[in-house]
Amino acid sequence: MFKEYSPLDDKLFQVMDNNGKIINPAWMPEISEERLQKAFKDMLFARQADLMAVSYQRQGRMFTYPPNYGQEAISGGLAQVMRDQDWLVPAFRELGAWLAKGATLKEVFLYFMGYEDGTVFKNAKNITPISVPIASQLIHAAGIGYAINYKKEDSVVYAITGDGGTSIGDFHEALNFATVWNAPVVFIVQNNQFAISVPFKKQTRSINIAVKGIAYGMSCIKVDGNDLFAMTRALREAEAHAREGKGPVLIEALTYRRGAHTTSDDPTKYRTKEEEEQWSITDPLDRLRKYMVAQKLWDASQEETLLAEYKKEIDRQFEEAENYPAYPLDDVFKYMYADITDDLKEQKVEHEKFLKWKEGLK
Amino acid sequence: MKVMTIVQAITDAIDIKLAEDPMIVTFGEDVGVEGGVFRATEGLQKKYGEQRVFDSPLAESAIVGSAVGMAMNGLRPIVEMQFCGFVYPAMNQIISHAARIHNRSRGRYKTPMVIRFPYGGGINALEHHSESMEAMYGHIPGLKVVIPSTPYDAKGLLISAIESDDTIIFMEPKRIYRAIKQEVPEEKYSIPIGKAKILNEGTDVTVIAYGAMIREAQKAVVMAKKDGISVELIDLRTIYPLDKQTIVESVKKTGRMVVVHEGPNTFGVGAELTAIVNEEAFLSQEAPVVRVTGFDTIVPLPRGEHHYIITPEKIYYGIQKSMKF
Repeated sequence: MFKEYSPLDDKLFQVMDNNGKIINPAWMPEISEERLQKAFKDMLFARQADLMAVSYQRQGRMFTYPPNYGQEAISGGLAQVMRDQDWLVPAFRELGAWLAKGATLKEVFLYFMGYEDGTVFKNAKNITPISVPIASQLIHAAGIGYAINYKKEDSVVYAITGDGGTSIGDFHEALNFATVWNAPVVFIVQNNQFAISVPFKKQTRSINIAVKGIAYGMSCIKVDGNDLFAMTRALREAEAHAREGKGPVLIEALTYRRGAHTTSDDPTKYRTKEEEEQWSITDPLDRLRKYMVAQKLWDASQEETLLAEYKKEIDRQFEEAENYPAYPLDDVFKYMYADITDDLKEQKVEHEKFLKWKEGLK
Repeated sequence: MKVMTIVQAITDAIDIKLAEDPMIVTFGEDVGVEGGVFRATEGLQKKYGEQRVFDSPLAESAIVGSAVGMAMNGLRPIVEMQFCGFVYPAMNQIISHAARIHNRSRGRYKTPMVIRFPYGGGINALEHHSESMEAMYGHIPGLKVVIPSTPYDAKGLLISAIESDDTIIFMEPKRIYRAIKQEVPEEKYSIPIGKAKILNEGTDVTVIAYGAMIREAQKAVVMAKKDGISVELIDLRTIYPLDKQTIVESVKKTGRMVVVHEGPNTFGVGAELTAIVNEEAFLSQEAPVVRVTGFDTIVPLPRGEHHYIITPEKIYYGIQKSMKF
């Protein structure tokens, strides 16, 4: 596959067109009807949760949140390949992937409500915390991959960044290290066309992002990131490649950030309605729905009922998060070191003295 | 005069200098079309064109490193880092080059550049968006570190920073970016780097603060006044080089010093100020220096931030501690 779809020729790996028609049957991944229905439902759920997260934020019930709207097929593809023992090394715009790895929506809400507890993802195996410094986490993926080889584990690392991240030195260092070490890492770049306001064409003069992997000696491919089938197939090929000891893979997942960078951002400052509409025809959920309806795998009329259920469930998890206990003073100090230092103990005691004094003021 | 916020005063300073000196350019992530994530460069690309006000690819190290190169070849770059917590990828360029080229080249090359970024907590932000790392920059030989606390100071200090032939770290208190409005002269003026300002004369205790902490300290001064304590409040304005004279003279007069900063306590600005008054006003002191600072911890996410943040009450607690010694 990586030879057939060389990024040097700027080939885009697609399986399904914008109308949900399979245009590349040779590469259609095998997915059972049941799994496909689950994939669609999960994407639908992730989208609904994402839309509601934005509105909770607007209601002042949550702080800054980075929307995933329009990028659901990338996480949807990851959900098809990630096993418990595999690692997920995310950035901060990976709602679907977090959920697929076993994080709960309540945790995600907690994080964006301002609790570190929300990024522990305690029921998910082998997931790293949300990483905000752009592309920095990719180097951890190389290290995790080295440790997998060293310990002879059967595991693959899925590490994610965005198009902006590929301009950062860490991205290149990560690709190089992973390749030199033959580490089982699949790097996924969600090329959603914007780094906040800066469009892709101002980020790089490369014909695409996938091509950057060639110089490091790794396999790489540019995939339609809004095509669940293409994402799934490419990820499966990459997984096999990594597990067979052939080294890391770079996947550029072409997509579009239909929402804002975060809830603090206003995209009307830097892009046009026309552009947004042009991309909207590639929407990953619409395409998959068209395919599934045509194949009689989905009855679109059931969607409304389903969405009503999802809304209830999302509200329930959000309210649970809202009722999370207050943030104790202890939590500011106790995770700084394996064992709290005397200095920190003193600072906490001194602060408690102040709090007592403050009570007396009233 | 024109009423401005701190952000507007910053835009105004950059605007005035861009108009005056064709060698000045300003760039960084989202600086051009968007006008900066906090809108500090709003409208400037339209006015001065894409050659002088522009978006860079996303790479802090390359932003600072390329600014060093521009400066060595005659330009005077002003670069923006999006948040204090996002500067770290550029630390190698800052420490190894921006701060040293002048010394390394025995003065052949200067680095007339400003690295500006918002810092500080209190805005319910994500991780890496709330920290105050001024002490770290103050510790690096070859850098000057400036922090304004008002629109008037922001404009005057930034103009001085842009006109300086050194590398200036210009840290902007984002918590009060838009919280304070003040009449600011429309024309150009400058405020010297390295000079503190006495905001309130007093006789009992010296309180030293800067940036967003000035507003909190001013409230503490009012609380103290009600209890009959006369506070001398000093706005440091420059972290390095420190205005030793103003600090020492004040402490000689009051005999007591309380230092306020958001950044961590240990090896912080307060520690340096303590050393200075010990060295130069040892016999005048009637109480140990009190440091009202952030903990030696990561700034908690919003739900825990109230534990960390410095309130007027906490400053007043520090003042009382000093007075009661």
